[in-house]
Amino acid sequence: MRAEDHLLSRRTLLRGAGALGLGGLVSGCGSAFATGIAGVGPAKNTLSYWNLLGGGDGVRMIAMEDAYQKAHPGIALNAVVLAWGNPYYTKLSLATLGNQPPDVGISHLTRASILARAGLLEPLNGTELAPYGLTGGNFTPPAWDMAHTDGKLYAIPLDTHPLVMYYNTDICKKAGLLDQDGSLKKLDSPAALTDAFTAAKKVTGAYGAVMSINNDTATQWRIFSSLYYQLGGSVLADSGRKIVLDDAKAERVLSLFQDLTVKQGLMPTSVDYPGAITTFATGKAGFYFEGDWEITTFETTKTPFSMTAFPNVFGGRYAVQADSHSFVLPKDPARTDAMRKNIFSFIRSMLDQSSTWAQGGHIPAWLPFQKSAAYDKLRPASDYKGVANYARYDDLAWYSGSGSDFENIMGFAIAAVSAGQMSPAAAVSDMRSKLTQYAKTPSPV
Amino acid sequence: MSIQAIPVETGASATARAAAAPRQRRDEGRAGIGLAAPFLILYVLFLIGPTLYGVVMSFFNSSLEHAGLGGFTGPDNYTQALTSSDFWQSMWHTVLFTLMTTPPLVALALVLAIFTDRLRRGRWFFRLLFFAPYVVPSAAMALIWTWLYTPQIGLWDKWLSAVGIANPPNWLADPSWAMASVALATVWWTLGFNFVLYLAGLQEIPRNLYEAAEVDGASRWHQMRRITIPLLSRTTALVLVLQIIASLKIFDQIFLMTAGGPNYATRPLLEYVYDIGFTDFRTGYAAAASMLYFLVILAVSLVWFFISRRQQKEA
Repeated sequence: MRAEDHLLSRRTLLRGAGALGLGGLVSGCGSAFATGIAGVGPAKNTLSYWNLLGGGDGVRMIAMEDAYQKAHPGIALNAVVLAWGNPYYTKLSLATLGNQPPDVGISHLTRASILARAGLLEPLNGTELAPYGLTGGNFTPPAWDMAHTDGKLYAIPLDTHPLVMYYNTDICKKAGLLDQDGSLKKLDSPAALTDAFTAAKKVTGAYGAVMSINNDTATQWRIFSSLYYQLGGSVLADSGRKIVLDDAKAERVLSLFQDLTVKQGLMPTSVDYPGAITTFATGKAGFYFEGDWEITTFETTKTPFSMTAFPNVFGGRYAVQADSHSFVLPKDPARTDAMRKNIFSFIRSMLDQSSTWAQGGHIPAWLPFQKSAAYDKLRPASDYKGVANYARYDDLAWYSGSGSDFENIMGFAIAAVSAGQMSPAAAVSDMRSKLTQYAKTPSPV
Repeated sequence: MSIQAIPVETGASATARAAAAPRQRRDEGRAGIGLAAPFLILYVLFLIGPTLYGVVMSFFNSSLEHAGLGGFTGPDNYTQALTSSDFWQSMWHTVLFTLMTTPPLVALALVLAIFTDRLRRGRWFFRLLFFAPYVVPSAAMALIWTWLYTPQIGLWDKWLSAVGIANPPNWLADPSWAMASVALATVWWTLGFNFVLYLAGLQEIPRNLYEAAEVDGASRWHQMRRITIPLLSRTTALVLVLQIIASLKIFDQIFLMTAGGPNYATRPLLEYVYDIGFTDFRTGYAAAASMLYFLVILAVSLVWFFISRRQQKEA
């Protein structure tokens, strides 16, 4: 009978443990877990805000959120930061499909158009936005245009973050590349660029310039596409169903890449993202090409540097690759008018803090600040503000945009040329054959 | 239970017990299910369920951006995967990685285990030494090895130039070296697991076999060939299959160290599935590619199943 007793007591114990476990599941402390399992949203005086901002951008965004929270004590701002790229956009899509979206989220404009086409974003109407000043006249025109998909507005741009040129002021001075007033001479032709890199290389004893190549498709794409756009090229048309890659133009840009890296040794052929930063920060290269966000890195390393617009190397109509952070409203059938008002006032509050945001190097899309004297004083960030008007976003397709496989395909092939592993012609045919597979695939969006 | 342990029984209580036995067994069965339930529920909820859903999804053009399964496509996803050069290229990369890592991870683990087992002193130190890398998380391991492989300023290049090799390969950035570089890092990282399995296997071999062999005049080499290796055959079969499956699952290191590059030269099948599923939103097609990959793993597991069953019969 003892065994029986044991069994019983064990069973009782199990039952108890099970009850405890279930209790824990149900109560869940009002956590995100409980929200997910039980399908109940958080209380309605909260404002949930998702973003993908890390590093210095993350720090500045938190400061802006704090300022908003202080000014609006009646609303509990619930900000969630997720890793940028797939982790962020996947969760944003799935949360929206599962009717648990954040009230407002950050999205790149190139990704917002994909989300909009998928029907996951709420279109915004002008009359509702007008009281908050969220009207076209207050935003950088290319960003405002890009915020529209199929004629409707889906996003409120926060900034433009273009590819820019960083240069080491000490090295450039020694190389005789600075004018009397200390500004960099124009590098608006392949020859001028090559000469400047050669002069800088003589000073550094290592390299003239540096760009990230290994394990980094995005940077390769940013630099290539800026030059390719300057030649007047496009890659995709008809929402990605057609490939309009211009072989001659693409090969011309790639030949310049190969010339600067493999043939003349003016740039390293094998260096990854952190490696490129180190090369520039330690004065082993006079120039560095990357998005505007590395400004805080070089301020921290105390590198004597400045930044300027990416040069118009091929002398056509100026263009530079860029994307923008923007605010979007994921579709939410439960969203009330009062809630919408809170959201728009939050967005306006973020835009009003553009002076904080601009310290990260991004060009604020909010014109009242962009045109102010306060922004002009913010240097070198404001030195390249004009390029926001020439920003060129990735051609529209379900497979393009920041962090997309389009950028991977292009970037991988470009990197192979920069590293001397492939000829420009072979890289172009590689791009074409890979892109064609995507063009033929029906859009999953 | 304690019932079988009672040696002497009176006739009456034996009859009572005989009647109680089926109920007892039923109760035990119920308790067993109860004890396994927490695990079973999670297993069904998070493994069996999603797997079955994945099988269904692989016949639809499901999208990450739309609710529900999407339109029925029949076997189209499978046809597309089987005729896609990207699918086969990444499948080959997965197989290549397995071929590059399995032999050294099995052979080296055995050699190092025998070495450690023979030591008279400091055995704990070598056990720790060889096992320690295994507990490093993949992200940390990838970071360390990316630094080691950094061109010019990395430690590998420094060491190699110190011994007179001036032009080392461009480890992670050269398409013909990238996979081997990741494989080398992986061997260092995961060797410890097989090493521990072999150590356990070695300790199970009775010492008197060696003593008897020595009396018969067998050399060390003969003892190894005739006693150690044959008696370790069951461990070897286990290590081999676990290693093949672990290697086929390659994703982390490559994703972190090369992102599948340079120019897709190392993208393994799991990254292909990740790319088409999460980056390209094509979850239906990604499910079909996963199912094809699952078949490969299943085939390997079945081979092990039959080998171990044969061994059990022999034993």
